Order: sequence, then structure tokens, then C-alpha cells
Amino acid sequence: MAERSFKKEVLKLTAGEGEVFTGEGILAVTKGLLQSGVAYVGGYQGSPISHLMDVFADANDLLESLGVHFEASASEATAAAMLAASVNYPLRGAVAWKSVVGTNVASDALSNVSSGGVTGGALVIVGEDYGEGSSIMQERTHAFAMKSQMWLIDPRPNLPSIVDSVEQGFRLSEASNTPVMLQLRVRSCHMTGSFVAKDNVRPPLTVGEAAASPVRDTDRIVLPPANFLHEVEKIEKRWPAGIAYVRDNKLNEWFGPEESPGDSGEGIGLIVQGGLYNNLNRAMELIGLADSYGVSKLPIYCLNVVYPIIPEEVAAFCKGKRAVMILEEGQPEFIEHELNTLIRREELDTRIVGKDMLPRSGEYTADVIRKGLAKFLEAYAPALAPQLEAANPLPAPVAKEIPQRPAGFCTGCPERPIFTAMKLVERELGPTHVSADIGCHLFSILPPFNIGNTTMGYGLGAAGASAFKPKEGEGSKRSIAIMGDGGFWHNGLTSGVGNAVFNKDDTVTMIIDNGYSAATGGQDILSSRAENANRVTKNPITKAVRGVGAKWVRETHRTYDLKGMTSMLREALTTEEKGPKVIVAQSECMLNKQRREKKATSAKLKAGERVVRERFGVDSDTCTGDHSCIRLSGCPSLTIKPNPDPLRQDPVAHVENSCVGCGLCGEVSHAAVLCPSFYRAQIVANPGKFERFKAKVSGAIMARWQAGADKARAARAF
Amino acid sequence: MTIANENRITIAILALGGQGGGVLADWIQEVARAEGWLAQGTSVPGVAQRTGSTVYYVELAKPDGSGRLPVMAQMPMPGDVDVVVASELMETGRALLRGFSTAGRTTLIGSTHRIYAIGEKQAMGDGRGNGEKIIEAAYQRSKRFIGFDMEAATDRSGSVISAIMFGALAGSGGLPFAANTYRAAIEHSGIAVKSNLKGFKEGFDRAQQPVARPDEITHDLPVPTTEQGRALAARIAANLPPPAQANALHGVAKLMDWQDGAYAALYLDRLETVASLDAAPFELTAETARHLALWMGYEDTIRVADLKTRASRITRVRGEVKAGDEQILSITEFMHPRLQEVCETLPAGIGRRILASKGLTKLLGRFFTEGRHVETTGLRWFLALRTVAAMRSIRPRSLRYIEEQERIEHWLELVRTEAAKDRELALELVLCQRLIKGYGDTFERGLGNFQRIVAEHARAPRDAAGVRTLRELALADDKSSGLTEALAG
Repeated sequence: MAERSFKKEVLKLTAGEGEVFTGEGILAVTKGLLQSGVAYVGGYQGSPISHLMDVFADANDLLESLGVHFEASASEATAAAMLAASVNYPLRGAVAWKSVVGTNVASDALSNVSSGGVTGGALVIVGEDYGEGSSIMQERTHAFAMKSQMWLIDPRPNLPSIVDSVEQGFRLSEASNTPVMLQLRVRSCHMTGSFVAKDNVRPPLTVGEAAASPVRDTDRIVLPPANFLHEVEKIEKRWPAGIAYVRDNKLNEWFGPEESPGDSGEGIGLIVQGGLYNNLNRAMELIGLADSYGVSKLPIYCLNVVYPIIPEEVAAFCKGKRAVMILEEGQPEFIEHELNTLIRREELDTRIVGKDMLPRSGEYTADVIRKGLAKFLEAYAPALAPQLEAANPLPAPVAKEIPQRPAGFCTGCPERPIFTAMKLVERELGPTHVSADIGCHLFSILPPFNIGNTTMGYGLGAAGASAFKPKEGEGSKRSIAIMGDGGFWHNGLTSGVGNAVFNKDDTVTMIIDNGYSAATGGQDILSSRAENANRVTKNPITKAVRGVGAKWVRETHRTYDLKGMTSMLREALTTEEKGPKVIVAQSECMLNKQRREKKATSAKLKAGERVVRERFGVDSDTCTGDHSCIRLSGCPSLTIKPNPDPLRQDPVAHVENSCVGCGLCGEVSHAAVLCPSFYRAQIVANPGKFERFKAKVSGAIMARWQAGADKARAARAF
Repeated sequence: MTIANENRITIAILALGGQGGGVLADWIQEVARAEGWLAQGTSVPGVAQRTGSTVYYVELAKPDGSGRLPVMAQMPMPGDVDVVVASELMETGRALLRGFSTAGRTTLIGSTHRIYAIGEKQAMGDGRGNGEKIIEAAYQRSKRFIGFDMEAATDRSGSVISAIMFGALAGSGGLPFAANTYRAAIEHSGIAVKSNLKGFKEGFDRAQQPVARPDEITHDLPVPTTEQGRALAARIAANLPPPAQANALHGVAKLMDWQDGAYAALYLDRLETVASLDAAPFELTAETARHLALWMGYEDTIRVADLKTRASRITRVRGEVKAGDEQILSITEFMHPRLQEVCETLPAGIGRRILASKGLTKLLGRFFTEGRHVETTGLRWFLALRTVAAMRSIRPRSLRYIEEQERIEHWLELVRTEAAKDRELALELVLCQRLIKGYGDTFERGLGNFQRIVAEHARAPRDAAGVRTLRELALADDKSSGLTEALAG
């Protein structure tokens, strides 16, 4: 089950004609799909589209009643391949993932479906993880749209526009036999707002009905000679059809006057990606060039469809304008290049201004746009140029006190002890090359662990280590690969483990199995141990690993057992046995475990049942403030506090009440021979009679003893 | 030139993943909608959800009656934010760093408690950022700064920090909405309504009060309770310069608790030899009073056993882990005494003999390779630890005691020699005692670094700045690589 329950949101999906839907952008998309008569939906979770997947997963009953087929796909490639259903049949299908990484994975299938073209509307919803808060490489999905010829919609960030673009996207796809990508930036996905809903529509043809009466057209398959025909068809048929649909249905928008104020025909104008429109308007509002409702003093041409560019619209907008600024986020600046080409072809003299005045990299926030716009106006319409206030940054002596706060493992995370073990083994055997993967475990590269050399993509941890064949004889070292259970099922079983078996790679692969695709929101996967009414779970990773031929396979069911973990790792690194060494380290994601157990515990407490709670603590009078324990853990609940000793100056370690008692602190102080300051407190609520009696008796004996000691101490005290 | 829009209110929330920043943003929007405003919010949680810092943004607009929807921005714009709510002191600082709070415009609501970042926590000494500077800047860069310890407020009300922030926002009057509308939003959510309302009230009330600066820990001077104590206190007053007296009093009290009055007197004997070489402002004596007491009160098995079994300690733990009176508490220690430490506790002759004999070390070492789970609240271990604690009386004959006194004398001799020529240098050498702390490997690393610095100074004498640099390098990383490099170069 996913981290968040979306039962409430699922109810919203049933909204009918005229009802107001209020919620997040990405949920508006789900409603838009149902309103469009979508027949099937697939995808792979990841910020910022996890919620779309989670809602559909929770909406099973609704989807069944509408005849919509939903799959939580094994990977983005799987999801993209689902679009095959729209090739021969008039089925509307949508797939979704985090981009650009997901699009990378999906690109083989996307190329194929784009080459042959589609009959039913095919919509690829990409959450563009770019700019602040992003966890991936900063690239543009735009390039994929161009190379495979898929149309790219980048709607204005408001819910009515987003929902409209879902509906238009299907029609555009059908009108031009071309898959359409709908791109949503992170903030647009998480943006809240409202729109007026329409009734959900049953797909006119369901996937089951299509499967029952198959249609074949081998011209749609990428194999000579059809592949060459596809290329021609793309240029001669689908391209013009796409342009015509966008133009005739006015998918792009125009704002402001036809000519800019204050000049005689030699005006200026702005062309903006739809997704940046809100930021542009705010930038203009704050310098007096627009109002908060988008009434602009400058002509704006808003590209809700950023690919293809409509030549006649561009020509009409630029004609008679001295300079036009293009606001295009990311690089390379594909649109700017194309505008320049179109302007030359039309023999217009308009100067296209873009990356020469706006930053080449990074998010185009309202603040960035305001600065770029000021430069543009200064150069081409000085009368309108604003006087920007000088920045007043926080003085450096204050700013340097503010620490970086990167993401990290949660309190009690079962992955933490694995990296503690790696750090301890590293002390013994020296450093090894570590190939990291994608998932929560990648936090290992951050302090305090600082473990990991590279990451090559989701599920590619083991593949990333495959080049490192240890040298013969003295000083030979095996490299370690890390892989999460999510990455393992995504492709790591074949690309990593299978590859290592086949090539006799002498590496160590640590598969971290926490029972969920945890980093993306705790979705179930094949090896999840939870019961799932709609999916098949409980398929052990070790079985799969052995199935592809791995011989040296070890498994632990308690990653917190630091001693076991270190000895397993030591053995893997030093055993005589050749070939891949696979360790499956299995303990449930603490976030999910706590969510489940907290409820159960409070119910038990309410009922007056016996409940045992464990947590850790540090005795501040024996802690000397070296913080070795923190450097081997990094748990949020293990922190520091001012030293209560009047003579000591360094802060002491301290365990907060958020501690879940995972046990790592104690294991670390044993394994690393740290200090005796840690203690485990076991607190029994609603204890039994005998328990109470025993505690009372031993308590009384101890109290007497302690009283004696206190007396003696008082006698010799200051 | 930023033209503030009268019909719009912009709100930035800075929180850490897991603090409920998203819940707070939703509540605010619900309040606004209930009051007839248009509301929009957004955020970029992503991986920052896992404990990293996250910004949530809410924009409220008064409808103009035309049915048109205003174009809302997707991120707080520096210089254009009306209300900032931050869940922690350094997140308040981050709001300032990002220019979200503007003098004369922004209502800045920030907690004054600290959640230390990993960079601050993992430092080998004290890596904490200075919060005082942030609080000053918060005043300067806001129209109104509302600051209080929201974590303490959370504990007091048994609620969550998002409810406290929501209450403080309502109480700040930064938004034109009635308190009842806020309460209705909590009720409407249907989750933990009772405790959230309690937290809301706590936050609301605190927002009416002046800024509460974080509590500073002050240490009362120990007051003598015994004849011996009074004599030593009188001796401090008579023989030591006033700037050193506080530390000396704490030192004497500590060492009497650690061993006895005679040992505390030895401490003053030693301290006075340094004081006699010192002059105003007497920093050398004051710091020697501190570090000599810390060294003389080194942590050994006897001390740990004593501290772990005191009645006051059990009471403290009970409070710390929030165990109720009706609940049974048991405490398990994680001890890892190695043969080394055991021998150090034994009388020097025996201890040395065991450690010198390979056969004995091997034979006995087998019993001390595993970490032990010691249940202090169980009778068996309690009595065992009390027995170890009782070895205090024979401590002066122990191997460790003899070794430590030798080291201390050697160090003091060096300090006195240098103090006669260069008091600043002597002070830096005194401060090097800070390197010696911890147990087991940590202790050995610290002592090793201390000895390397002293040896280096003996080989090629350094000035005060030189010694300070070496000490700071020793604290820079736990592999001592910076120090090793400096000593090699």
C-alpha cells in the first residue's frame, strides 16, 4: 500500500457534469483522463507523478466500473509499450512517469510507437523534474519529442488549462496519428486549484473488446520496408495534420494588445512556454506591465503546444516587431533555434532574444524572468524598463550560520545499518569502489556515510560495477554494487544480476529489500510482503536471483543486526569463490511500518492491553561529545544538545522522543566499541500483575542500595 | 520596484520533510476558501520529503466579482511575501537567506528551537550554527517577528508542529480571517481533531506574547555542603584569581564526587602552580581549571558503573523516555569492556602483568570480545555494577590512575614551562586537552592526536597560532588525515 491513502481523492474522481473539482494538478489530470474516455492507463511512479499512480491504484473499483484497465507497470518501458494497444485500435491510452529519467527508459518503445503511428489517442504524461527540489539530471524531455516526432503540450499552470490539454491531447493524437506528450512541471503537478468537472466517459471500445477482435496491419511495424514509409508519412502526412489541428483549434493563446505601447509599429513581444506563463505574468505584474488577471500591456504569444511550432502563427506574431523575447526554460534552446530559422525563412527582421538575456541553466522563476525582462526592455523599449531594487542579501556572517539540510534516511530506516556495516568493514579492509543505484539508498553518498562513487540509473547499480574486474593476486579488491528492490524489479535482475552471472563478474551486489518502492511513495512491488488484493506480491528476490544462476546468495531478515551484516559483507568481499556475490538485505521500510503499527499500538493502549515500547537514550554525564555514534548513523532522532556539564563545551549526543527503537545505536556502540553512554529503555504500558510485583521487589532492593550510596557520596561531597 | 497587490496575500512555509508542511498549506487554503477567498498552493517535496528542507507556497486572492481567476505564481518571490511560517530556527534563517522576508512588509513566524543538520551533528567538537544571529536578522528583515519554541509548544500540547504553526498564524493576525474559521478547518479534516485543536490554541496564545529567545543553559555555582567542601571553597577564594574561581569550584565539586576531598585538594595544588605563573585576564588559569578537572575526572569503568546505577539517573531516564508512573521501565546498557579496560581498573601490578603476558592476554581476552547487554534495572547487573563502582576506594592503585597522573603531570610541566615565556602558547596547550575524550577507539585516537601535537611541539616548537591550527586539524575529521598531513609537511 502506498504511503498516502487516496481514498478521499478517489471520491473526487466520480464528480459529474458541473461539479467543482478542487485538488492537485496531477489529480486533475486523472479526472481529465476519465472524462476523455480513456481505455487503459499505465505508468511508473516517481515524483512528481506518484500521486497519479497511487490514485489509480486506489481507484480500482471505479476503474472497473468504467471498463478502464490500469496497470502499475514494471518500468517506464513497460508502460510505453502498452501504447501498442492504440496502434491498431481506436483505444485511448495514457501512460505516465517521471521525466527525463523515465522517458530515457521508455524511449525504445516510444520510438517504435511514434514510427508506426497510432489510431487511438496515445497520451504520454511526463512530470518534468527540473529545477528546485529535483533529484535527477537537468535535461529536457523536449529532445525526445523532437527526435521521435511526438507532439509536446506544455499547458498554462492552472487546473482548467491542464484538464483541457488532456482532452485536446487525445484529439490531437488521433487527428495526426501521433503520440502526444503532456508535460507538467513539478510545481504544476503539486499545484492546487479548481475546475468544473464533466461526467466520466466509458471508453467506446474497451481493451477486452479490442483483444476479442484482433486487427493486423503490418505496415505499422518497424521493419523494412515499412520503417522507411513511416519516415515519409511522418513528414508528409502526420506533421501537417498536427500543425493544422493545433492551429485550427487554437491550442496556443495570445494575450495583451496586438502592438506594444509607447512605440510606432516597431513593437516588441514575448513568446512563452505555456508552463512558464504564470511566472511571466507575476514578473510583469510586479513591474507594472500586467495585472493579476493576466491583462498584459505587452503582446504575448503563449505556446501551450511547444512542439511542433506553428510557422504561420510565429510569422504573424513577429511581423512588424523589432524584437521578441522567447522565454524557454532549460537547454539546448530548441524553440529559440527554430524561431530564428522561421524568421529567416519569412525574411523578417525581428530580433529573437532568448538565452542571451536569460540564464542558460536553471529554473525560470518569476524572479529570474523579471531580471531577464528588465534587460530586454532596457535594450528594446527603455521607456518601459523597470528600475529593479538592488538585491539586499543576508550578510555573509549570518548566512554562513545556516546549514545545508539535504535529504537523508528516516528515523529507524533499515537501510542505515547496511551503510554503517559498509563503513565498519571499510575500516578493516580499506575502501572499495561502490556503484550506487537510484532510491532512498542513494542518500548513502551524503554525510555522514559518504559511500558511493557513481550512479548510472535506476536498477543499474550492479551494471555500473561490471567493468571492475579485480586484478589477480595481492591487493585484489572487489567492487560493491548497491541496488534497491525497486530497481531490482525495474531491470536490475537482468541488467545487473543476470549480466554478472553470465560474464562471471567477481563483484558484490547488495540488494536492499525494504518491501516497497519506498523512495517514490511506498508502492507495492513483486517482492512486497504485504497482501495486495489487486496485485501478486510475495515473490522473493533470492528466488529470482538464484533463478538467473547466481550461486553465492546470502540473505538477512534483520538489517539492524550489525554483526551479521558486517560478517556477511566481509565474507562476500573475501571469499575464494568467484562470480557474483549477492546479498539480499531485508527489513521493512520504517516509514511504512510505523504508519501501520502506530495505529495498532494506540488501539491496544486504548483497550488497556499490555504494550511494550522501546527507545534509545544517551546518558549525558558519560557522553563526552565526540559524536562518533552520529558519524556511524545519521539518524534524525540521534542528535545533539548543549552539554549539561558546566565544564564541558562540546554538545552531547541526545536521542529524541521520535526514536522508534530500531536498535542500531546499541549495535553500533558494540560493533564499533564506542562508548557506554547508550541505553535501551523498555517501557511496558499496562503491565501484568507478576511483572509489577517483580519490578516492585527489585526496585525496593535497589532503592535501599542506592540510598546507601547516596549517603556515602553526600558525606564526601563538596 | 515591487508593487504589492492589495488584493493578494502570499504565504511561504518552510519546513522539514515529515513536519506536516503540506497539511498546514492545505489548512490555510481551506480557511481562505471558507472566507470567500481564492486559494492556491504548491510545493516541490520530491526527495526532500525524506528529512530535507522544503518550501510550500500558498497564494490567496480576493475575487473581484467578475468571475475571472487571477493568475497565481508558483513560488514565493523574493520581496513579495506577506507571511512566512518556518518550523525551525535555521529554516527561519533560510527564509531570510532566500529573501522571502522583507522589512516593513512580512509577518515572520518562526520557531526558535533547533533541529540540528547532519553537518552540525557530526562535527567532532562543536559544529552548531549561531542562532542568535538569525534571530537578530529576523527582527531586522520583517514587519513583525513572532518567535517561540514550537517544539516545546508541541510537547506541552501533545500535538504536532503543523498545528502549532497554524495556531501561531491565526494568532499573528497576519491573515484577515476569524479564529473560528481556522478551527473549523481542523475539525473538517477529521484527523486528530482534539490534539490538533489543543496545539492550535497553544500556538495561537504564544503568538500574542513577545519573542521568546531560546533558553540558555546557566550553571549555578556549586555551594559547599560539607566541612571539607567549605575549606576547599575558601582555598579557591583565597588563592585563585576571580576569573578562574567558577571553573575551579565546578572542578572541585566534580572531583570530590569522582574520588574524594584529597583528590580535589591535589587538583587545587596543581592548579595553583599554573595560577602563580598567570596574570590578568587569567584565561590560562580559568581554562586550566576546566581542563585539569576534566582530565583528572577521566571516564573509567568505575565512574561509568557508578553513574549508571544512581537513583537520580533512573529518574532522569524515566523523564527522558516519557515513561508514565504506572509503566514499568527497564534499562539496558550497551557495554563493551575490553581486557585493556579491565586491566586498567585492576591494581597496577596485576594489570600490567596480565597485559604484558601474551598467554594471559589470550586466555582472559576471550571473555572480553563481545559487547554486553547490561540490564541495570535487573538485580543481577545492578549489583555487579555497584561492585565495580565500589572499587573507587582502590582506584588510586589502579593502572589507569597511575598512567593518567603521569600524563597529567607531564602536560602540566609543559604548560608551566611555556607559561613562563609565552602565556598564550601555554593556553593553547591547555586547550589541547579537549582532544582527549571518549572511550575505547575514540579515546585512543584523541590521546594519540594530543601526544602527536605535544611531540611535534617538542621537536619543532610552535607558537600559539601553530598549536591552535594543529588542534583544529585534529578535530576536523575522525581519520586525523588533516593532522597527519600537517605533521608530515
